[in-house]
Amino acid sequence: MSTLEIDRVRKAYGQLEVLKEVSISIGTGDFLVLLGPSGCGKSTLLNMIAGLETITGGEIRIAGKTVNHLSPKDRDIAMVFQSYALYPTMTVRQNIEFGMKIRRIARADRDKAVKTASDLLQITHLLNRKPSQLSGGQRQRVAMGRAIVREPKLFLFDEPLSNLDAKLRVDMRTEIKRLHARLGTTIVYVTHDQIEAMTLATRVAVMKDGVVQQLGDPQAVYDRPANVYVARFVGSPAMNIVPAVLEVEGTTATAVVDVARRPAARIGGISLSVEGLRRYAGEKVLVGIRPENFSIASAATGPSLTVDFDVVEPTGPDTLAVFQLGGVEVTARLPPRQAHARREAALAVDTTKIVLFDSETETRID
Amino acid sequence: MAEALSRSGKARLGRMVVYGCLIVVALVYLMPLWVMVVTSLKPLDEIYSGSFIGLPKVLTFDAWRAAWSEACIGTECTGLKPYFVNSLLMVIPAVVLSTGIGAINGYILTKWKFPGANFVFGLLLFGCFLPYQAILIPMARTLGLLGLAGSIPGLVAVHASYGICFTTLFFRNYFVSLPDELTKAAMVDGAGFFRIFWSVILPTSIPIIVVSCIWQFTQIWNDFLFGVSFTSGSNSPITVALNNIVNVTTGRKQYNVDMAAAMIAAIPTLVVYIVAGRYFVRGLTAGAVKG
Repeated sequence: MSTLEIDRVRKAYGQLEVLKEVSISIGTGDFLVLLGPSGCGKSTLLNMIAGLETITGGEIRIAGKTVNHLSPKDRDIAMVFQSYALYPTMTVRQNIEFGMKIRRIARADRDKAVKTASDLLQITHLLNRKPSQLSGGQRQRVAMGRAIVREPKLFLFDEPLSNLDAKLRVDMRTEIKRLHARLGTTIVYVTHDQIEAMTLATRVAVMKDGVVQQLGDPQAVYDRPANVYVARFVGSPAMNIVPAVLEVEGTTATAVVDVARRPAARIGGISLSVEGLRRYAGEKVLVGIRPENFSIASAATGPSLTVDFDVVEPTGPDTLAVFQLGGVEVTARLPPRQAHARREAALAVDTTKIVLFDSETETRID
Repeated sequence: MAEALSRSGKARLGRMVVYGCLIVVALVYLMPLWVMVVTSLKPLDEIYSGSFIGLPKVLTFDAWRAAWSEACIGTECTGLKPYFVNSLLMVIPAVVLSTGIGAINGYILTKWKFPGANFVFGLLLFGCFLPYQAILIPMARTLGLLGLAGSIPGLVAVHASYGICFTTLFFRNYFVSLPDELTKAAMVDGAGFFRIFWSVILPTSIPIIVVSCIWQFTQIWNDFLFGVSFTSGSNSPITVALNNIVNVTTGRKQYNVDMAAAMIAAIPTLVVYIVAGRYFVRGLTAGAVKG
């Protein structure tokens, strides 16, 4: 049993409120990713879970036990830091052992724990080295080893991969995922990288300005973003947000988008709840379309929009085509060699994947 | 080709000018030391016959022996030996105390910040700019009240407290560059205030400990004003005794003994530089924290 409940937690430094009533609750074995840009309060929240920052209001419970006033060592947690924070004068073995020594764990048990962890992380051959003699990836492993021997209820990761180069980051990401699968410990992981969030999380909390914008499983956050902010933050290239006017016919809606030098484009067949249809008929909305939901129109795809590609960026597996729609820049992800710059093209849109947002509040319309 | 040659010739000429200047300045700077060394090794008669800069014709260590154990200071003819011991008894505890307290201060001011920590640090820095003379009378009164007036422990207290502002400055500026995550990691590992200080922070601080010790040792060993103000007679540190040897003489001035005594007084600081200077290495933590 190692659940985590964050219950209406607030944090303020004097007048400055950095977290406003954050509530998140996850179950045993969950991998929660706190995702957001710098300054959104995600690291502060992690430090509060760890006990390194005081809690201004609300409650944090680990395995059902309120930990607000417990010091970090009594919370049954282990933490991996962005800078690894290895003790520079100790060897790898001493680094991993340090916490156990403080808890007065017998030598034989310590040796066993170090062996298990170092085997798991493949750092056995590094045990007698100093941190300064290790590469970035190796330091990262040692930091994880230090956390693993603790056998905590909760692992906390504070942007653990952001100091690594791109290639190593992908490898370590896989490794962390494998580790989670093997140990099954509950993890809270802070990052600003939405790909890390998508690949690792079982639950994602997208944060902005001290408020959780959306909490859900990664695919749900990707498919049905709660608002324009989440839509733009998750996914790369970002979701296209196009202003339009909604026309309602029967049970489906059509988004009418202004196009320069051409008749307005109509994206039809968008399904919406009865209430949504009634409320937004004839209103301005924002249409969210993921780049991959465009395709080159053919006889099979039905109605299409005619657009002029400005720029075409081949990435290998596919090609990104940029064009103007409704006065904003829109990116489509198309199969390679199908798009050509400064050329007219007919694009179809997968209307089942379209998400509509209120043009004022920018929240999703269901 | 010719142009390249003339350019390298110009560069060499520049080099020669630079080295020439350096050598001249070094000679000027070393001249007094040379005079001290050769004078201390000459018999008094040879000095009075006018040989001042040249090598001694008759080499003798009598002056050194006299300075160390025979010269008269006031009415006691004990040489510098007991005062040398006094200075050691003063400098060792004072250096240990001021460095230790400075280290803890720096640790608190950076890793356990409290509201107003920077203000407190600012106040502490005032101590670095206080002239010695300004605190003589209040300090004398304080020592009197503490019952430490005129004693070596009193002098230790003065030097230790006067040194804290400097050592705090050293350690605070060094610890500020240590990442806070180091302390946080140790806290998560279960270490407390002193455990983190002792096991994590101090071992990374060898360079600054050495800097602090060298600085404090030279300051305290070479101090004359506090020594002459707060001690007297047999409790005086070596600087005061040296002054008394040199300034109070009967009959012919014993230049060779004076020179030997001055060098005896200077040797410990030299030794500290030579021995500890080797540990004066930076960057023990380099690469340990960030890639």
